Amino acid sequence: MRGRNGIIVAIVSLALLVGAGVQAAEPIKVGAILAVTGPASFLGGPESRTLTMLAEEVNAKGGINGHKVELFIMDSGANPEKAVSFAKQLIEEKKVLAILGPSTSGETMQIKGIAEEGKTILLSCAAAEVIVNPVAKWVFKTPQKDSDAIQAIFNQMKKMKISRIGVLSGNTGFGKAGKGQIEKLAPENGITIVASEVYDKASTDLTAEVTKLKAANVEAIVNWSIVPAQSIVIKNARQIGFAGPIFQSHGFGNIKYVEAAGAAAEGVIFPAGRLLVADVLPDSNPQKAVLVKYKNDYEKRYKEDASTFGGHAYDAFMILAKAIEKAGSTDKEKVRDAIESMKGFVGTGGVFDFSAEDHNGLGIDAFELLTVKDGKFALYGK
Amino acid sequence: MNFDLFLQYMVAGVTYGTIYGIVAVGFNIIYNATGIINFAQGEFVMLGGMTAVTLGRFLPLPAAILGAVLITMILGALLEILFIRWLYRPSVLRMIVITIGLSILIREVALHIWGESVRALPYFTGTSVTSIRLGGVYISPQVLWVVGISAVVVVILGGFFRYTLLGMQMRACAANRDAARLCGISAKNMVTFSFMLSAAIGALGGCIVSPITYVQYDSGVPLAIKGFTVAILGGLGNSMASAGAGMLLGILESLSISVLPAAYKDVISVAILLVILFVRPSGLFGSIEAARLKEF
Repeated sequence: MRGRNGIIVAIVSLALLVGAGVQAAEPIKVGAILAVTGPASFLGGPESRTLTMLAEEVNAKGGINGHKVELFIMDSGANPEKAVSFAKQLIEEKKVLAILGPSTSGETMQIKGIAEEGKTILLSCAAAEVIVNPVAKWVFKTPQKDSDAIQAIFNQMKKMKISRIGVLSGNTGFGKAGKGQIEKLAPENGITIVASEVYDKASTDLTAEVTKLKAANVEAIVNWSIVPAQSIVIKNARQIGFAGPIFQSHGFGNIKYVEAAGAAAEGVIFPAGRLLVADVLPDSNPQKAVLVKYKNDYEKRYKEDASTFGGHAYDAFMILAKAIEKAGSTDKEKVRDAIESMKGFVGTGGVFDFSAEDHNGLGIDAFELLTVKDGKFALYGK
Repeated sequence: MNFDLFLQYMVAGVTYGTIYGIVAVGFNIIYNATGIINFAQGEFVMLGGMTAVTLGRFLPLPAAILGAVLITMILGALLEILFIRWLYRPSVLRMIVITIGLSILIREVALHIWGESVRALPYFTGTSVTSIRLGGVYISPQVLWVVGISAVVVVILGGFFRYTLLGMQMRACAANRDAARLCGISAKNMVTFSFMLSAAIGALGGCIVSPITYVQYDSGVPLAIKGFTVAILGGLGNSMASAGAGMLLGILESLSISVLPAAYKDVISVAILLVILFVRPSGLFGSIEAARLKEF
């Protein structure tokens, strides 16, 4: 018996020794709070898959500056309360260097203060402009600004001589922020909002809402939501015979919405990053190489179409990795400074130029106007 | 508001109402057989829609729907046999906890099988933009399918309970379980049948509404809440009444949008639920006399 115990002790110590050997360089702890399930799962799903893929890729190459990346993905289910408790857990218990996400604007706004207090970098994957305006020291975001998206839509409306619009928005953080920006930017663009309706994010039929807009004789409908209801909106609008143009937010950038809306999706106009049209971009475009690589890697691994949302997580992860490389350390303060001073970083969302005043780093040129042609995304007007 | 617009709101209301009504019918069947509310009813609707979309990839549409209904029916029976059949006179509270637990379980399993993406069956007739124009009113053909199939289901169900032996046995169990057992009816089997029947109706409902509402692993819950409201509104246990109550709620919701901001649509249904529970707990069409005899 004694001899056998000795062997077991030897094996255990050996295992411990081997384990200790592997962990020579301390791993970089990165947290992610994503809506992997729940109503915003179409955001969190691709985002979490993208992060898993990137972390494996980086670790297979030996990590960043010799440190492996240890990723903690927390599923918030788009629930702000859960996001808050995960943020506290990641900062206080796991002592992460940075938090990627959350997926939605509502959650991000809830944990913005926690990141500031905990002096932890927050790279949000949510779109609302309020996240980085006013600037908070530790908070950054990768998706394009909603005010730029709206400006891109209004520019197109001016070309089309549209001045009376109806606005629909979901009752989510994204919907509310977008609605606020539309109302703010409309007057300076000479556009009148004739009717505006907010609907529940779990709505199953919106015929009555679009009927109200049609009755107000609007020339175009702008819908601002990231929920599946945005497919229902266009379907119902066409069913009741609304023939004018329908504009969607950059939240429409998922081919599944196009599939769900079927023929109704044809001709919808929306601003989006270039990922969706990566294949048709000219080779001279600086983003082309990054986009095509991410798209191919993702699609090969997960057998599903890449979406711009996964791209936001890609950008967040790569910006962090680049900043750690540049800072040459995992000191929170130094990495943060490295992000803030980063210029010309080519991501999926655009070319990022961060500064002390701009924690988003993207301008209106990050958007292309897209449309749907024969069930596929295409560049609008080309 | 002009008349055409009013009619357009009515059409929207009838669409909502039929969807709510068909969920409520499922609640009622199980309530009648067991005296409990099956809070996993919305999940049957989701399962039906999801299964049909999956089967639809390699089967023609009618076969896919039939297959989805059968599979959900079998699942309904399995759930009853595994989780409910062996309980001896369970309390109402225990049943509520069990069915809510089942609802969460089914949702999580669905998330693992199908992922989080939104799916839909194709429109039965035409495409998502086809609409029939009657005067100034536009109606999607799918709405006609939904209303038509739901009407047929309610009529067949009425006939089933009234004229077939099985239906009469189920009604006997609902009226007085002990007396029914004395007559040689297996009350336990009737409960299993009621789960199968309500799963089948839920699944069929899920299939026919999925082109309109889409289906996702968690789309059962909001439907269940509305269906529950409608079942209470019509009077628990009364399928015909819940069809009527569904229409009423749908139309009220739809008309509310014309005067109130759309965000208040759901406030209407919850407010109605509360008022009914306070003022007339037996439901609009239920008898107060009968309600007094029920334990829940």
